[in-house]
Amino acid sequence: MVGVSGWRKAVVVTGFLAPSLIALLAFSLGPMVASAWVSLHEWNLIRPAKFIGLDNFRELWHDDDFHLALQNTLYYLVGYLPLVVAGGLGLAVLLNKRLKGVALFRAMYFLPVITSWVVVSLLWKWLLNPKNGLINTMLGWVGVDGPGWWTSQTWAMPSVILASAWKDLGFVMVILLAGLQAIPHELYEAAAIDGARPWRQFRSVTLPLLTPSLFFVFVISMINGFQVFEQVWVMTDGGPAGSSTVVVEQIVKNTFDYGRAGYASAMSVVLFVIILLFSAVQLRLQKRWVFYG
Amino acid sequence: MAEVVAPGFITARRTRTAGRYAVLLLGAVVMVGPFLWMLAASLKTDADIQQVPPSVLPNPFTGTNYGRVLDAFPFWRFLANSVVVSLVSTLLQLTLAATAGYCFARIEFRGRNALFGLYLATMMIPLQVVIVPLFIEMRNLHLVNTYAGLLLPTIVSAFGTFLIRQAFLALPKELDEAAFVDGAGHARVFFQILLPLIAPALATFAVFAFMASWNAFLWPLIITRGSQSHATLPVGLSLLQGQYTTSWNVVMAGAVMSIAPILAFYIFTQRWVIRSLAFTGLKG
Repeated sequence: MVGVSGWRKAVVVTGFLAPSLIALLAFSLGPMVASAWVSLHEWNLIRPAKFIGLDNFRELWHDDDFHLALQNTLYYLVGYLPLVVAGGLGLAVLLNKRLKGVALFRAMYFLPVITSWVVVSLLWKWLLNPKNGLINTMLGWVGVDGPGWWTSQTWAMPSVILASAWKDLGFVMVILLAGLQAIPHELYEAAAIDGARPWRQFRSVTLPLLTPSLFFVFVISMINGFQVFEQVWVMTDGGPAGSSTVVVEQIVKNTFDYGRAGYASAMSVVLFVIILLFSAVQLRLQKRWVFYG
Repeated sequence: MAEVVAPGFITARRTRTAGRYAVLLLGAVVMVGPFLWMLAASLKTDADIQQVPPSVLPNPFTGTNYGRVLDAFPFWRFLANSVVVSLVSTLLQLTLAATAGYCFARIEFRGRNALFGLYLATMMIPLQVVIVPLFIEMRNLHLVNTYAGLLLPTIVSAFGTFLIRQAFLALPKELDEAAFVDGAGHARVFFQILLPLIAPALATFAVFAFMASWNAFLWPLIITRGSQSHATLPVGLSLLQGQYTTSWNVVMAGAVMSIAPILAFYIFTQRWVIRSLAFTGLKG
């Protein structure tokens, strides 16, 4: 490097890096370590914390509420991921055609992405209102007696899934659209010359070349999916009768309502490990299906 | 065009184009329709909103629900809180990401890669995992129910640092070298020479950071618990629902009021917004 050396360079580097590094240690890495430490304690945030070793984790192992929260979080992922990835892919392919007004449609499909989770959740709670919501009214037109949605133990999770997929479709669409536009046009011409029909072109050219973007979308959506909270908090508050409780909601309630910060931290640690494990598996599996040209 | 094409071909293509527009339009109804339904609900009277089946257009139109939101909640306070927190957070995120990004891209020093790896690793730590210690930290610093408490955990963004480092890396090395020969220091190279050149990346990240901050819910909910003085719009709106459980016209009026500012922002920055999110896809 020209001009700087020795201690002067140290001063310069410190000057540029210190603010962000301090913030990073104080508000991300530090709390991460502290989270593991707090998880080994019994603590209601008022009296001094008491060290109890791995007791919190032992309790988690037998805690039905936590198991239900884990199950529901997985249920959410299984419902949400295919919907949002397939839907986003459909929209992206549709918008990738050179048609007039495509930019306007893209902007409209993106609207839910810029809307806050609270608004989306309230909006869908209203749409899915069992008595006179729009969805059940429309189902009534075709002779279907709509379910109780968020008031029903069976339909509470599907309600949350529906709202979430609707909100995130535009996000997936934009990323896949960027991936689609990076595919060289010559490949389609070559395929057309070889006599490939549109569907065949999609299967043999588009899909393989889109796998890196699909992989990215899949992993990001999965990581976000494990952290599902706002929708549940606003739409169902985990109910009815715990039927839509999820992990982060349990963390919040244990910390602030049940006075069990240590126990909640143990849940955080478990959630973090699960996210890491799933991400690692995804990275492993990508060799099987992701095509890096 | 002087091409000779079979008439059947043209008809087929026209049909296909019409079909595509039909699908696009259907998509628009699904994605935008709910917003219109929300707007309609916000303009209905108490009797109208209870109707089974629901009326499509408000009958009669009424604007009183908006007044009820203003009466029931310090809406302007929430709005001001959201604006202050989002603006300051965005500004600080930009500052920290730009300085760190510059350092990682343009200065060679020992341990640089390891340190950058550490920044990237924090992208794997979701807020959800650290909220308990973070809340305790803020409580010990007496920052519960303060702007500082709302802001501090959001000011450093590993993603932003990464994005801006990439932008700096794309600039030619000769720019700095010529400036150093002229006797400039890093501060001048950073502020006067390179920073203006990465304006697009800065704008992209600013939009991304602003929207994330504007829509944030979990942390504002926790750090402002038990008091409305520092609640942001999303938190205020969730409180409104608690008070008006069945008055959907009032709740929807609150929802309309809370998305109006971000909608205006979106209309003007639409290209940047979509670009900034497409960018997140490029990091993979």
